[in-house]
Amino acid sequence: MEHPFGISLDVGSSLANLTGSWRTTRPVYVDRLPPCNNACPAGENIQNWLYHAESGDYESAWRTLTADNPLPAVMGRVCYSPCESACNRAQIDEAVGINSVERFLGDVAIRNGWRFISPLTDSGKRVLVVGAGPSGLSAAYHLRRMGHAVEIHEAGPFAGGMMRFGIPKYRLPRDVLDAEISRIIDIGVVLKLNTKVDRIVDSMQVGHFNAAFLAVGAHIGKRTFIPAGSAAKILDAVALLRSMEGEDKPLLGRRVVVYGGGNTALDAARTAKRLGATEAIIVYRRTRERMPAHDSEVEEALQEGIMMKWLSTIKRMDEGVLTVEKMRLDETGFPQPTGEFETLETDSLVLALGQDVDLSLLDNVPGLEIKDGVVQVASNMMTGFAGIFAGGDMVPSERTVTVAVGHGKKAARHIDAWLRDAVYAPAAKHELASIDKLNDWYYADAPKTVRPMLEAVRRQNTFEEVQGGLDETNALYEARRCLSCGNCFECDNCYGVCPDNAVIKLGPGQRFRFNYDYCKGCSVCAQECPCGAIAMVPEEI
Amino acid sequence: MDEINTSPAIQKLRFYQKGTFTVGNRLVSEANRSVQASIDRSNALTCGHRACQGCGEALGARYALDTALRASGGNLIAVNATGCLEVFTTPYPETSWQIPWLHSLFGNAAAVATGVAAAMRAKRRPEVRVVAQGGDGGTTDIGFGCLSGMFERNDDVLYICYDNEGYMNTGVQRSSATPPAARTATTPTMGPEPGNAFGTGKSLPKIAVAHGIPYVATATVADLHDLERKVVKAMGIHGARYLHLHVPCPLGWGSASYDTIRLARLAVECGLFPVFEADHGVVTGSRKIRRQVPVDDYLKPQKRFAHLFTSDEGKQHLGRLQALADCNIAEYHLLDREGDT
Repeated sequence: MEHPFGISLDVGSSLANLTGSWRTTRPVYVDRLPPCNNACPAGENIQNWLYHAESGDYESAWRTLTADNPLPAVMGRVCYSPCESACNRAQIDEAVGINSVERFLGDVAIRNGWRFISPLTDSGKRVLVVGAGPSGLSAAYHLRRMGHAVEIHEAGPFAGGMMRFGIPKYRLPRDVLDAEISRIIDIGVVLKLNTKVDRIVDSMQVGHFNAAFLAVGAHIGKRTFIPAGSAAKILDAVALLRSMEGEDKPLLGRRVVVYGGGNTALDAARTAKRLGATEAIIVYRRTRERMPAHDSEVEEALQEGIMMKWLSTIKRMDEGVLTVEKMRLDETGFPQPTGEFETLETDSLVLALGQDVDLSLLDNVPGLEIKDGVVQVASNMMTGFAGIFAGGDMVPSERTVTVAVGHGKKAARHIDAWLRDAVYAPAAKHELASIDKLNDWYYADAPKTVRPMLEAVRRQNTFEEVQGGLDETNALYEARRCLSCGNCFECDNCYGVCPDNAVIKLGPGQRFRFNYDYCKGCSVCAQECPCGAIAMVPEEI
Repeated sequence: MDEINTSPAIQKLRFYQKGTFTVGNRLVSEANRSVQASIDRSNALTCGHRACQGCGEALGARYALDTALRASGGNLIAVNATGCLEVFTTPYPETSWQIPWLHSLFGNAAAVATGVAAAMRAKRRPEVRVVAQGGDGGTTDIGFGCLSGMFERNDDVLYICYDNEGYMNTGVQRSSATPPAARTATTPTMGPEPGNAFGTGKSLPKIAVAHGIPYVATATVADLHDLERKVVKAMGIHGARYLHLHVPCPLGWGSASYDTIRLARLAVECGLFPVFEADHGVVTGSRKIRRQVPVDDYLKPQKRFAHLFTSDEGKQHLGRLQALADCNIAEYHLLDREGDT
């Protein structure tokens, strides 16, 4: 070939040399499962909605979030955030404040009046949802979005279930709850209040329903026999919290003892304190470490001046006086009586010993299995009676709002498949993006934004919300702390660090592609990928 | 709110929760991203070259020349000394270079670049800028006389040395940039001081500073933003400038190909490779150590230092290397908060 003077080689002529033939391992882009997503009982794609929130696109973030969970503002207040416990960032500095960003998104959506998109198709199928708690609302929302006609029959005067009648206002303001419920109703879900279902099979026949989802919750406070004098005032925590929603607030007196160690016990004690009790004491038969209540709630209760009496059982109650027996833990951690007694002055005793399910609507339904007071369901959430599904507190599970919402979604998918004579098969889970898959050098140090807390003193006598929210600047900051574990966030590292220029950048939102003609398989890209979105696989030779 | 930019080409992010140290960042405007993050970067050194898997020098050369090309508006001529970079990019009849590129001899790159700059002056082409580049052999040993002359005449050339600490292309022989205790083909692990002897070699960045030239800087392939900023700064100055890039060599160092960037990073984090810059003979600042590590962390993944970890004498030599790192930390204030570049 003729070249001008001084020129001997053509520009870029090395492209003829396909160095990809050197390769013994090949890099491939993967999506691994972020630990937050893996831990979320409601199955939210947290990493993905944080990705949208990071760029300030809150509406996309909210729409991604609500594709799985229609109650973000509620969730951002009452969820015990297992996502944050699983967050990889906790091993670098502190977990990302996922829950506070979720609440921020929920609140922004309410403020801006964002609506769900109504279904475009009509399946012609009718589904009855019994109970308008978190599980029922979640199932109704998802079923409606799939194009089914959904009716919720709720025994109570308001929708919300335990979110309204169990969780106190200072944790979940009712205007927030109302806003998120009405948004679900707006997409065409029919809500019938004060409509108790007595016989589920009859109700299905009368209403021509093709399937039913039961989510009646667990509203019956468990009782225990405590010998009591005639003047002793004993009530149960569920009834106490429920009565807070009525006109007449309960009269508990100045000294209140709550018996139990779960979240409901804490809610009852904190409510008593706000009702004017000077002393609110929790009596629990084991120790703090063994309390089923969540630690954050115990901490907040202690800050509010709630007193705790560990290792104690209540033996009897007379007017104004409780007799309490001290316990000790045996080797197995089970409390054993010691025979030592003491007295405790009190005006009323609140029992928070767990809740039972009212299963009367299932009387005479064949094929059902009831064990330990709850309905047994298969992995598809269906009971032993074909077409009747169940979820939430009435099936074996951890009794939280988030788990209930997750049940609703899961059941909706299976009901939808069942209505089409199909079987819903969830996609296979990706490999977990554990911390060893990440390269944490690339993440700047940034401590978690501390959520503003109302002064502890102020909390003791008002029902104002305890935990404040994030504003836009710190919500954005918090979202950007996400490591994007296992999922490409287009940081350009692979594109930059390849010594062979063998990574092709496809443009915003399109990620990257390997040019295997030239990739020598050095694995620098996989090593330097911050979020573990590149895997090296052996070449077939 | 989280970024401070000094000029469009010089990206300096601060306190970004994610992506401060990555090549790009989708949350930053296109103009403020690194040259390497750009979808239409020039790829001065393109695919098909014959460098080993994970070559630090190939990476460093693309980083530096892409940035210099952008800074000169595409008017750039590169002069290359003999060495790995020349051999693996231009096996006849191929070339991987996508810029005007000139190779003459092993030791005369600085002198040839001086000549190219003079020719451009004679042709009244002041917009055309000249870069000379070579490995540590061609720079610190063989081309040292020509380079010193280029410095003292203050010729308008940016000289970039890709320091992989030895003559790698000819079979890993010692150079005057080979660190103490390193095993090479000419410094075997025998005798009382196995590997390269302590007290030998030279620091060319320091020698360049002593020439009092307008700009001297060191950088590594592990810190792209710093590297690009320094190239842009150097290209904004006329006269003799010197850039010393630390580029790990998987072949010569006996390290895994995927560890190239990690090793470059650890060299800085342990203090053995100080990253600093100097104007007119005065050191003006240094990159601070972010997560300090003992020299062991840097040396252990390299087979050329394997003998240090197998005997008691080896441990003593490790102590001497740590002392060298500590000297650098003190001399360049690598742990101080002030003066970060």
